Amino acid sequence: MTKGGRRHQSSASAVHHPFMTMDLCALTIHEAREGLRAKQFSSMELTRAFLDRIHALNPRLNAYITVNEAGALQQAQVADERIARGEDTPILGVPIAIKDVLSTQGLRTTAGSRILENYLPAWDATSVARLRLAGAVFLGKTNTDEFAMGSSTENSGYGVTHNPWDESRVPGGSSGGSAAAVAADLCCAALGTDTGGSVRQPASLCGVTGLKDTYGRVSRYGLIAYGSSLDSVGVLSKNAHDAAIVLSVMAGQDPCDSTSVDAPVFDPHELADRSDVHGLRIGVPREYFIEGMQPEVAEAVRAGIAQLHKMGATVKEISLPTTKYALPVYYLIATAEASANLARFDGVRYGLRVPGADLTDTYRQTRGAGFGAEVKRRIMLGTYALSAGYYDAYYIRAQKVRTIIKQEFERAFAEVDVIATPASPTTAFKIGEKADDPIQMYLADVFTLPCNLAGICGISVPCGFDPAGLPIGLQLLGRAFDEAALLRCADAYQRETNWHTRKPVLS
Amino acid sequence: MAHLTVAEVDHIALLARLSLSDEEKARYAQQLSAILDYAAELAAIDVADIPPTATVLDIHNVMRPSDETCCSMPREDALKNAPRTDGASFEVQATFKDE
Repeated sequence: MTKGGRRHQSSASAVHHPFMTMDLCALTIHEAREGLRAKQFSSMELTRAFLDRIHALNPRLNAYITVNEAGALQQAQVADERIARGEDTPILGVPIAIKDVLSTQGLRTTAGSRILENYLPAWDATSVARLRLAGAVFLGKTNTDEFAMGSSTENSGYGVTHNPWDESRVPGGSSGGSAAAVAADLCCAALGTDTGGSVRQPASLCGVTGLKDTYGRVSRYGLIAYGSSLDSVGVLSKNAHDAAIVLSVMAGQDPCDSTSVDAPVFDPHELADRSDVHGLRIGVPREYFIEGMQPEVAEAVRAGIAQLHKMGATVKEISLPTTKYALPVYYLIATAEASANLARFDGVRYGLRVPGADLTDTYRQTRGAGFGAEVKRRIMLGTYALSAGYYDAYYIRAQKVRTIIKQEFERAFAEVDVIATPASPTTAFKIGEKADDPIQMYLADVFTLPCNLAGICGISVPCGFDPAGLPIGLQLLGRAFDEAALLRCADAYQRETNWHTRKPVLS
Repeated sequence: MAHLTVAEVDHIALLARLSLSDEEKARYAQQLSAILDYAAELAAIDVADIPPTATVLDIHNVMRPSDETCCSMPREDALKNAPRTDGASFEVQATFKDE
């Protein structure tokens, strides 16, 4: 209880301060709920503070594609009424942002693509619906690489998002808008999606916490599909405790997604009260410290692991020999799935239509004009990998290597509880630096892809800064459906370190 | 070394229902060749007797608990995002040519 007590004390002291705009926007979900419950401020005041800050900073950062001003204020008003009636949920009245690949009923959802420029979903994604039901306030839709295909948010049809730590640099991707919004205090937390690292890599590059839950933990219904055997809905937040709160609201089986799993969901506050790494067995795979990675990243991650050791975890080196093949495996499987998933964008029922000479030509003109360069490149690659004559050599072979990668993780998790690695081989790179070289860009995800191929869970937590002042992320990987181990470890780490509380200067 | 020709790129673009400019075709021929070369590294792994993984979950053939008629989306909602409708249906070009 002493640990939980410490947390409550720190939030209680925050509550006694007169709240200025900056203070409100810097609150964690847990702190915001304490303040709302104690009637220190209303959800309306909290929401207005975020909207003011978005108006001031979004023109520079471009973290949001769409700001939901009227809708958010209306949701805040309803939340205040529910609070006044004594209702309590883990997220009631808390303003969050939603990545623009998750469907929001009546609120424009573009997937970062011009092909969906005016698309108004008729339903909420299940993850969104559960947060709406619990009383979260939706500030808007955050920028993303088109259809979540990218590692820098440069592939968005709505302009690049700028990293709040250095506006000449990318925020990572594809959930770059969500990561930048959390880092710049433009929301309390944000939803992201992760197919090959799209939550953890931008979290690392923006100095925030990024949780990719286990495949099947959160329903994919209403998530605009990219790679259906890899996609997951995740959380970008100010700390691990907040990630646990959002996950606990979203998680669970859904009749609309037959791959969602009825796994027990933990209580996030109980989990945080019991966070401890004593006796936790941490494995460090040698294949994740490679030639060509930024030396400061390796140093900071090693220091983070040493910190966990000092706190009582046991640390041992392990080997995941097939790691380097995860990248080609991913780019064959994900693009093959994408080529099938994106066939639905044909200009018939929704989205752009460019009339052609006949129906086939209309499909081709519509898709040729509506999709950006990276999306077309991946559809082409996936179509090739699935085409007659190449199916066995590329697609089936990739699926077999995927089996080997998954088995290596299973063997590793027989010996260790958590695997610790860097989240990204480098800190944030310059806008435009990798834009013309697809393979260099794909390498940005080299440490995050294997987790998706194996269907396990992972989290990135801030663990240091490079000499240029750019954040570095420590990735923790856990067994399928053992988010609790990851979150306890990450929460314990964040009680002993303050990397995650540092903020970029945005004057 | 994989070397995709522009003719092969043309063929894939038709399968994928994409129209591409000449400049895009030339660029994709070069870039896709480089990516496929990279993917060719997988040939180095012995995959004999290894089954392919299509999904990581151990669940198969999930059925609905009951198959009952339920509410469906109102027609106007379904048509709301359509580029062309006649008010009751989606409008598209003729699929079949006149005999």
